[in-house]
Amino acid sequence: MAPTPPRDEHDEYDAYAGLVEAGEETRWAFGSGFDDPLAGVDVSVPPGADGPALAAYCLMLGDDALVLAQRLAQWCTRAPELEEEVALANIGLDLVGQTRLLYARAAAADPSVVPTLPPGSPAPPEDRLAFFRGPEEYRCVWLVEQPNGDFAATVVRLVVFAAWRLTLLGRLRTSRDPVLAAVSAKGVKEVRYHRDYAARWLLTLAGGTVESRRRTEAALESLWPCVEELGRTDDVSERLVADGVAADPAAAFEDTSAFLHRLLEEGGLRVPTGSPEPAPGTPGGRLGVHSPWLGSLLEEMQGIARAHPAGRW
Amino acid sequence: MVTGVSREITGELVPEAEADPDLVRAHVAVGAVVDPELPMLTLADLGVLRGVEIEPTGRVVVTLTPTYTGCPALATMRADVRLALAAAGFEEAEVRTALSPAWSTDWISEQGRQALREHGIAPPAHVGSDAHDTSGSTSVDLVLMPRPPAPACPRCGATASREVSRFGASACTSLHVCTVCGEPFDGVKPL
Ligand SMILES: [Zn+2]
Repeated sequence: MAPTPPRDEHDEYDAYAGLVEAGEETRWAFGSGFDDPLAGVDVSVPPGADGPALAAYCLMLGDDALVLAQRLAQWCTRAPELEEEVALANIGLDLVGQTRLLYARAAAADPSVVPTLPPGSPAPPEDRLAFFRGPEEYRCVWLVEQPNGDFAATVVRLVVFAAWRLTLLGRLRTSRDPVLAAVSAKGVKEVRYHRDYAARWLLTLAGGTVESRRRTEAALESLWPCVEELGRTDDVSERLVADGVAADPAAAFEDTSAFLHRLLEEGGLRVPTGSPEPAPGTPGGRLGVHSPWLGSLLEEMQGIARAHPAGRW
Repeated sequence: MVTGVSREITGELVPEAEADPDLVRAHVAVGAVVDPELPMLTLADLGVLRGVEIEPTGRVVVTLTPTYTGCPALATMRADVRLALAAAGFEEAEVRTALSPAWSTDWISEQGRQALREHGIAPPAHVGSDAHDTSGSTSVDLVLMPRPPAPACPRCGATASREVSRFGASACTSLHVCTVCGEPFDGVKPL
């Protein structure tokens, strides 16, 4: 560890000075040894609830958020305007924050979900879960895996996702798992802003120029097949719904559809009728079967961490 | 016995009358730590400081609540709390997280709102009951959020301003422009 250099009295504009002060172990980056995000929070599994199922459920919710956050981050330096770039990055940051808490909750509920790294690796459980699981271990839905496309496609995907997540988190505020309930109560406030941002843009694009409307309609046609999967249930969810821990996927999807249909109607847009993907009756993201896009996304996101599993940054 | 300073959600953080001098000192040290992104606000003004206690061993336990779940400033706040306590002579300190009830901008103190204004940042409008929604309702409203009232320009005081972007340079701010004096300014988003 390098000795701390003396600090110049007049360097308040030196962006690097703050990085080498005492406490350098505490800056937030992969491998920086940052504290447990649930430090001091009671993480015991509520009586009667199943720890491994709770962990699997938190990974689903976390994977959805992380993969979409990665897609949103891909807009950096490419968004149509600086304000939109900042907005998309901010939304991604909120989703990364939710992911972190959900991964930490999963790791506490069932430590066996956390990938093992070589001894001495400083990576905390949530980083291990993000960077050291392959596509077949991810449990995200296909919607978040799809490439960004143009700005209209990003807006369509975001409004569908945020509307869905809001109905899930809204229900999870009363989960019997107090940690999941607290994370959801915070998340609701954030995702409300996300849905609002995307819904306003959707209406703007639908009522804008001929070109913006054409792109919006094309985006709906291409992404709508991924909507059906959001209403599916799975063994883990079913079991936890019965325990009062998880949100009922069918009921949440009904609210999501109601919101989206009303929004499309407001924009004078037709509800697409294309066949769902993954095909109904075939396994989807919640069972670890993904569209081809997830592999390349994870490769880009995980490459550096995997090359340096014991890295300190 | 654990000597405690605790706060009601909407109350001020005030040590108990007979609090011991160490606790007051620890409290003053922690209370003076500022938010790294809005350095005109102390953690107490921001409403993220939820408790300072001294255990019988002399270890100080500080409880913070995150603003936004992804706000990277929380890591810096924790580190700065430890440094401030060390500088005040408290070698042993623990910083705990409280996730519930979720932070609301309604917890920013009056003094904090004034400091924001003086530094050219519009303080957030009050959120009201929704800020501490524990009603247990299971669904979330299907309508879009009402537009928050236009914040007053922190430079000229005019109440006419236009929202340029709901997302600003940090997780907690939005961008506005005054329609009277023409100055752009940041506002803290009501949450
Ligand atoms: Zn003005």
